[in-house]
Amino acid sequence: MNPQPNQFSRWKYIIIITSVLLSLIYTLPNFYGEAPALQIMSIKSGDKIDTSVLKSIEKALKNSNININKLIIEDIGIKLKLKSVEDQLKAKKLIQDVIGDSYVVALNLLPNSPNWLTNIGALPMHLGLDLRGGVHFLMQLDMAKAKDSSVDNLLITIRKELQKEKIPYFGSRKTDDSLHIKFKNELDREKAKDVFMSLGSGREIKVKRITKKTLAYEFTETNSDNEFMLSVKPNAYTNEDTQTLAIKQNLETLNNRINELGVAEPVIQQQGADRIVVQLPGVQDTAKAKEIIGRTAMLEMRMVEDNPELFDLAIAGKVPTGLELFNDRNGQPVLLRKKVVLTGERIIDAGPSVDSQTKRSVVSITLDSVGANIFKEVTRNNVGKRIALILIEKKETEVVTAPVIKSEIGGGRVQITGMDNAQEATDIALLLRAGSLATPMEIVEERTVGPSMGKDNIDRGVKSTIWGFMAIIVMMAVYYMGFGLVSVIALSVNLIFLVALLSIIQATLTLPGIAAIALTLGMAIDANVLINERIRDEIRNGNTPQASISIGYEKAWGTLLDSNMTTMIAGLALFVFGSGPIKGFAVVLILGILTSMYSAIWVSRGIVNYIYGNRRTIDKLSIGEIFKVNNN
Amino acid sequence: MEIFRVKQDIPFMKYSRLSAVISIIIFVLSASSLSIKGLNFGIDFTGGTIMEVSYPEGIDVQDIRDTLKSINLEDSQVQNFGTETDVLIRLPLKEGQSIADLSEKVSSALKLDNNSMEVRRVESVGAQVGEELYTNGALAILFVCLGIVLYLAMRFEWRFAIAAIVANMHDVIIILGFFSLFQWEFNLTVLAAVLAVLGYSVNESVVVFDRVRENFRKSSMRNLSVSKIMNNAITRTMSRTIMTHLSTQTVVVSMLIFGGEILHNFALALTIGILFGIYSSIMVGCPMAMWLGTSRKDLAVNVAENSKKSTE
Repeated sequence: MNPQPNQFSRWKYIIIITSVLLSLIYTLPNFYGEAPALQIMSIKSGDKIDTSVLKSIEKALKNSNININKLIIEDIGIKLKLKSVEDQLKAKKLIQDVIGDSYVVALNLLPNSPNWLTNIGALPMHLGLDLRGGVHFLMQLDMAKAKDSSVDNLLITIRKELQKEKIPYFGSRKTDDSLHIKFKNELDREKAKDVFMSLGSGREIKVKRITKKTLAYEFTETNSDNEFMLSVKPNAYTNEDTQTLAIKQNLETLNNRINELGVAEPVIQQQGADRIVVQLPGVQDTAKAKEIIGRTAMLEMRMVEDNPELFDLAIAGKVPTGLELFNDRNGQPVLLRKKVVLTGERIIDAGPSVDSQTKRSVVSITLDSVGANIFKEVTRNNVGKRIALILIEKKETEVVTAPVIKSEIGGGRVQITGMDNAQEATDIALLLRAGSLATPMEIVEERTVGPSMGKDNIDRGVKSTIWGFMAIIVMMAVYYMGFGLVSVIALSVNLIFLVALLSIIQATLTLPGIAAIALTLGMAIDANVLINERIRDEIRNGNTPQASISIGYEKAWGTLLDSNMTTMIAGLALFVFGSGPIKGFAVVLILGILTSMYSAIWVSRGIVNYIYGNRRTIDKLSIGEIFKVNNN
Repeated sequence: MEIFRVKQDIPFMKYSRLSAVISIIIFVLSASSLSIKGLNFGIDFTGGTIMEVSYPEGIDVQDIRDTLKSINLEDSQVQNFGTETDVLIRLPLKEGQSIADLSEKVSSALKLDNNSMEVRRVESVGAQVGEELYTNGALAILFVCLGIVLYLAMRFEWRFAIAAIVANMHDVIIILGFFSLFQWEFNLTVLAAVLAVLGYSVNESVVVFDRVRENFRKSSMRNLSVSKIMNNAITRTMSRTIMTHLSTQTVVVSMLIFGGEILHNFALALTIGILFGIYSSIMVGCPMAMWLGTSRKDLAVNVAENSKKSTE
């Protein structure tokens, strides 16, 4: 046996001390906590804040006796650290009034820790919504609708293309998920197929190392008397692309909308194939948040059918094909053509303004070049007719306004009249500016935590941990004496490691997460108990103290590994199958197992070695009274 | 201090028949409660909405019921929650009603009655999401069990793996049985506790089995019967078992006291898991392994090599 079994080489101590010191530093920011702050950004992302704006903000705050504790100027905007939550709320209102609607003022929290900590990247843990307050939404996208409208779009596009290519066809219609186009002869049909192939790119797939290009559509040909029908159906790949695109557009739109809502550090993420998670920390006005986020508003412009005969027919319940009947804001029926002239996608900017002549609230919108061209053409060809602007929201369609086209409108600048007041103009402008959704979404899960609840939860979690920890300290010290104290130190170091790791990876701390910290502390003591019991065992078996320490640690290691691995398996399962706060619980559990093993095997051993390792003779280990057993 | 001053090994295995009967009775009770009463699933799994609202001056829950009735939500449950000022409202899932609108409808109606009302918490889960959380929960339990069995089969042998998982499931069934019998709410956090117990309680079995394996390989115990070897292993690890569980339980008790309502059922599940974990690792795991026919030769394959090594 090694003559000095209980000595660590110097580098081991260096590693232990370094890791403890580093952990201490990274744990520190959590003690300073976070201060209420405001974040001011320009609505157009990327714009900087003018110095003049900054001056006016500072002046306004000074006039109201609100002190700015710290001012941080960043590329994307400025952040103000304030003293209290009351100041924060007061300042938010003040600043918004001073700088107007082209800026967003969002509530935020900033770390209170000294600069040198922030500079080395030592930041406090993120607080989860249940500790900080805020809302969590899970939104479900209507993918059937997305596929349906993609087929609609395909029909519109193919008609245009066939006209452009001068391929004659008679009759084209849509059923469920397919298009059907009739041709006079087979040649035309073949040509049309080529057009389709040029539209959808398909996808490259590898089959047995040979790259094959798949088609975007499935074609079915049916022939009858002089009719050559082509049925086209988007295939699985194309549908997949449609879904991906829909999620992408909805994510983008949500990003824009939430930007305008003024939320600091929102989380907007795809979850699964057809869902989006939205988390808005600190948001209290859930109704407003839901309205802005959950709005499935889509904007469409369509021509009004003013033919009185058709109108009467529609009123009587027999709506002619290609037409649809809607109500306007006053409940009056309006007959619209089904064909969509423009959609909200073509809008680049929208803002509320006041009509110079009527002095009424209007929304001015700016279209992109494609939109401007279409709009110009449509207005030129339809002078004297009415064009309707409709909003589709939560499956309800409403005609906002349907003005008469007085003359051709070029340049892509359009005014929407018919707003009841300035607030409505602002809301609709926001909606239009923030873009439209590719497909409607529905909130399928909501978790809201109020601010007082968040504070209570932190309090509960911290209290549970502290009192549990204290009780363990007393128990260990009484039961295992000196070795118990070593265990307590190892356990404290373990706590520091765990908090430091969580801070470094910027994990989100939730209430179950705090529970997991407390629980891993309780479980981490298992390692120490195992070791201490093993050492007692070896002494009982008549080994020398030095040998007992060495054998005790050695034997405990195998057991520790096995028992921790099984807990690790449970942690991994929780992480994989869990959601939200449960994932937080799992992260803490997994990290806790790793840190507890390190602190039991390295740190506690290191201390024990430091105390006993160099002694030639040890009369007795301070490990509590050991009862001798008559060995079998 | 040393609590467990046992001179001789405690003959645990002698009582294994008795413990088997006890275990079977508890199991049957739990299982029948589960099949008759079922679990009181929280909205995480069933879908629905709960709202926690608070009134600084306290409120009569009947007022809230009346208000809810006036907006056609008479099938909701209203109850005081912890203190007089806090009220918990449960709203069942309704066909065609968007969950996002529901909570707004309720909070605006209650605000209209009493402006000092504060919404402390809203949890709304749609039917499909609830179903998925349920499936994922079941999958998680399955995954953990399989993972543990595989790991133990690899590190020990299959009999121990089976015995450990039986001891483990024994604890889980009992936790579920308690939750069913008393109709405590079973939600996602309780599920997390159950999974934590699965991982934690198997520690117990592993530590004991580790000793059993060690004993099998000890030359001094070569002539002892399997049950004596197990008795010795259990007795030698007793002190550790109790200390570990005591310290974990201390933390859990602290959670029960300070953790508030959200952690209450979580801590409750852990308490049951920990208490029965002690029993099951001693009185279920070991007898199980013995009955499955664990013998020296299964675990002591390395004995010959080891002894060779030590003589070298």
